[in-house]
Amino acid sequence: MKILVVDDETDVQTLFEQRFRREVRSGEMQLAFCYSGEQAVDYLTAHHSEIVLILSDINMPGMSGFELLRHIRTNYPTPPPTVLMVTAYGDDQSRQQAISLGANDLLSKPLDFQALKEKLKSVV
Amino acid sequence: MSIDSFLIAFLLIRHLRKFAQNTGLAPFWDRTLLRAQYAALALLVVDVIIDEDHVFQWAWHVFLLGLLWFVYPRPEFRPTRNIVSAVFPLVLVNIVVDFIELVAPAFDKKYNNYFDMAQLLAFGWVIAAWVSTQRQQKALEKERQKRLEEEERNRLIAAQNTQLESMVAERTAELVRQKEELEETLTELRATQAQLIQQEKMASLGELTAGIAHEIQNPLNFVNNFAEVSVELCQELNDELAKVDLSDSDRDYVGGIISDLVQNQQKIAHHGKRADSIVKGMLQHSRAGSGRKEPTDLNSLADEYLRLAYHGLRAKDKNFNASLVADLNENVGKVDVLPQDMGRVLLNLFTNAFYAVQQKQKRNPDAQYQPTVTVSTNRCDEDVEIRVRDNGVGIPDSVRSKIFQPFFTTKPTGEGTGLGLSLAFDIITKGHGGTMEVETEEGKGTEFIIRIPV
Repeated sequence: MKILVVDDETDVQTLFEQRFRREVRSGEMQLAFCYSGEQAVDYLTAHHSEIVLILSDINMPGMSGFELLRHIRTNYPTPPPTVLMVTAYGDDQSRQQAISLGANDLLSKPLDFQALKEKLKSVV
Repeated sequence: MSIDSFLIAFLLIRHLRKFAQNTGLAPFWDRTLLRAQYAALALLVVDVIIDEDHVFQWAWHVFLLGLLWFVYPRPEFRPTRNIVSAVFPLVLVNIVVDFIELVAPAFDKKYNNYFDMAQLLAFGWVIAAWVSTQRQQKALEKERQKRLEEEERNRLIAAQNTQLESMVAERTAELVRQKEELEETLTELRATQAQLIQQEKMASLGELTAGIAHEIQNPLNFVNNFAEVSVELCQELNDELAKVDLSDSDRDYVGGIISDLVQNQQKIAHHGKRADSIVKGMLQHSRAGSGRKEPTDLNSLADEYLRLAYHGLRAKDKNFNASLVADLNENVGKVDVLPQDMGRVLLNLFTNAFYAVQQKQKRNPDAQYQPTVTVSTNRCDEDVEIRVRDNGVGIPDSVRSKIFQPFFTTKPTGEGTGLGLSLAFDIITKGHGGTMEVETEEGKGTEFIIRIPV
């Protein structure tokens, strides 16, 4: 299962790689990282068929997570990848917007990795 | 016939009568003088009819002398003395001349011219006295008139003065009233200004707090996450270490280092979590006022949180005891509020109240002191009022203006974040459009008053 993580914080890569060390090592999971919405769009043109799940931050400079989500839902309808949005503001408004744009779920920061792992298992 | 004597008598009486009338002497004098006048007329008539000159001239002398005698010593007629005394010489001269004529006619004939001259002089004297008196009288009259006018003028001025005085007093009173009104308004304005400044400060501090919290949250998440993942890594390292061949002493040493590392990471995670809970508290500021208002029974909310706060403290300090007084007015009913936020405010106020009474008890353990926390509710017109009162340590004046500021706390480090009251303030003012005030006296107690418009 290949997962694309989109976040403007580069340290997210280190964190995810360490958090999912066992899963990556066993080949259960592959991780790819992009540091902006634009980069993610580029990455998807080349690799969209591999990606099963996208985990994207909402607040990013330039292209926001919502714009990326809209792009994904318009350009890659089949098979639709699972998209989980991540936000620091766990308010109702963001949730409504994310769901209406076609996100599968909205997670709030700080991420609970234990819960995330459970969620990933259920998605796949 | 003595027409001259008659004229003198007549004119003198007339003059006296006039005087009596003008100066307002008793009417008795007027009547008496009138009789004297009639008597003079009667004497004249008799004189004319009988025509016995040498007899009647003596009658006239007696009449005149009697008149003078009668008037002269009277103090009532003192002002007429000028004329009366001027008549005396004439009468005397006439008497002397007539006497000489009677006793020594030859002598009289010889010096007739001198006698006539003397009579004329005496007569002239009377006229002169008359004229001068008349003139004096006129001058006096004028003086009197002037004095009257002056008095009139003075009275007028005095009246005007009184009027002016009262106008000035009225105006002064009005000015004083205006001044007092203005002063009152100024005081009110100052209070409002201070309040506005305070609110503005609170609002900007609240925003700042929320802003800072957001900025801190991300790096803090990383700290926490990396600390947690490092603990996991150490565990993995331990597992891997078990597979490697090592001497026991080396294994112990490395194991010791790893367990220290784990401990350190746990400490980082623990303190990171502490910071995280502060940040969460700060973030509440930005959320104060969001959410949905529901009709809430404030009385039961207050009662519930009063008990909650009390038992929360009792759980930490078994020796602590306080009386709880809930004076809840039924007229409050249900009010549209954010129930969770209101609960947070009440919980915070109650916790503070219990803390204050607990502190007071700790300071004087022996004193007769019954810690009491009171909550009262009431609806007045368009507001619902909630008062939370304690008889604890009170708030010193020096910190009173700071208690609603974020991060201001008097509690020891680690016991309070200093966000409770600032958040409560935000919830009441921003979230509910209400007001939050504090009344306190050091050593006596504190009362927080919340008013929420209905």
